[in-house]
Amino acid sequence: MDKRTILNSTHFEITLKRLAAQLKENHQSFENTVLIGLQPRGIHVLERLKKILEADLKKELLCGQLDITFYRDDFRRREHPIIPSVTNIDFIIENKNVVMIDDVLFSGRTIRSGLDALLAFGRPNKVELLAFIGRRFERHLPIQADYIGKTVDTLSTQRVSVEWKEIEGEDKVVLFTQETKNA
Amino acid sequence: MHNLSVEHLIGIKDLTKQDIELIFKTADSFKQVINRPIKKVPSLRDITIANLFFENSTRTRLSFELAEKRLSADVINFSASSSSVKKGETLIDTVNNILAMKVDLVVMRHPNPGAAKFLSERINAKVVNAGDGTHEHPTQALLDAYSIREKHGEDFKGKKVVIVGDISHSRVALSNIFCLQKLGAEVMVCGPTTLIPKFIGELGVKVEHNLRTALEWCDVANMLRIQLERQEIQFFPSLREYSMLFGLDKKLLDSLDKKITIMHPGPINRGVEISSDVADSDQSIILQQVENGVAVRMAIIYLLASKIDRN
Repeated sequence: MDKRTILNSTHFEITLKRLAAQLKENHQSFENTVLIGLQPRGIHVLERLKKILEADLKKELLCGQLDITFYRDDFRRREHPIIPSVTNIDFIIENKNVVMIDDVLFSGRTIRSGLDALLAFGRPNKVELLAFIGRRFERHLPIQADYIGKTVDTLSTQRVSVEWKEIEGEDKVVLFTQETKNA
Repeated sequence: MHNLSVEHLIGIKDLTKQDIELIFKTADSFKQVINRPIKKVPSLRDITIANLFFENSTRTRLSFELAEKRLSADVINFSASSSSVKKGETLIDTVNNILAMKVDLVVMRHPNPGAAKFLSERINAKVVNAGDGTHEHPTQALLDAYSIREKHGEDFKGKKVVIVGDISHSRVALSNIFCLQKLGAEVMVCGPTTLIPKFIGELGVKVEHNLRTALEWCDVANMLRIQLERQEIQFFPSLREYSMLFGLDKKLLDSLDKKITIMHPGPINRGVEISSDVADSDQSIILQQVENGVAVRMAIIYLLASKIDRN
């Protein structure tokens, strides 16, 4: 397995700050906006953005964590069941502007399930999508992000992993490539 | 993440400790779901489930039906009292007719022990046993253990549970014993000699005939209903005498030097095995058991359905 860092910790930080600035540009004081991180890895992007924005705006933002396991379209097409994570949304999103946040936007299927799962908490006024990494030309569904940290061109056999200093020890984005035998 | 080790849920006896923990972990998520404003998830949109009840049931049938509907499955209900069983049809014929309507999963309650296993060996659908005679009632045992876990924490090691009442005729008792022992709890049974099976000690449970001694020993007491409908002869002189010796009232509960948890699988015979003030006291988790029943059944159906092969 070939491993290549495509975003180091310096650029990682810069990217997060830019995303936070873009959110602020569109949502100003976040009066009617809630941030929803998708489980399991999108919540880390949410946590970081929340920290930056709250320090900047000097107020607490309404944030939630959404698990989409039961809304997936690949139920019974996988070998093992996926163990669900926690959904933690203790407010109603009726008429709110929602920013859905995930780490990597790939096929778009997770986001489709996320939109479905979101409806259990009310009818939002508007939903936007923020992805820390957008994998170009890999979509299976007509879904695009409104905010993208970094766009990467990848093969569908490659894997992109966003790593966090809280978990993996270092902030970085890594591209994994499966080595082919006859290469 | 591993999968359930079984293809059907016939009894707790077939499950591993990992299976039970997987069911509990999945049920935690479903408990969140059923406490939301919209209590439904679309996971089982393309699954059809038949609830076959060859024996009367209100709570279990409603709980299963609700669990199935919360998972978005299509549900058909069948009860023996209003069907061709009365006209002499055999179990296999009845079920095959229902399966011909393309059913993926069958939930069955039947008065004969072993009926669920018999069925699972002969049909091409997942089977969930909702009680087979005096044999097992696995979903009840799982929801009981889940409720204990919710109240007393995940580690069952050293937890002491007493099951009081008609052990001989109770499928709940047998499933509970298997389930609690697999999780590491200590189990005692308590009741009149005539209602305790002779060889129950071989299952590794303690036997006690004095209710006060049993309650002083335990952390949790599961009070079973006297199943008069299954008793072909009289096993004790009168309900009044049973209630005096094995009924739990507030006076007895308050006289214990610790706060034990009171459970009951329902339906309650108020004033027989448990008095009204005990059933409604803050030590009782009877209604939590009912709520947890839906979440646990959702988890079981979800996990079994994930094994249905569509290809």
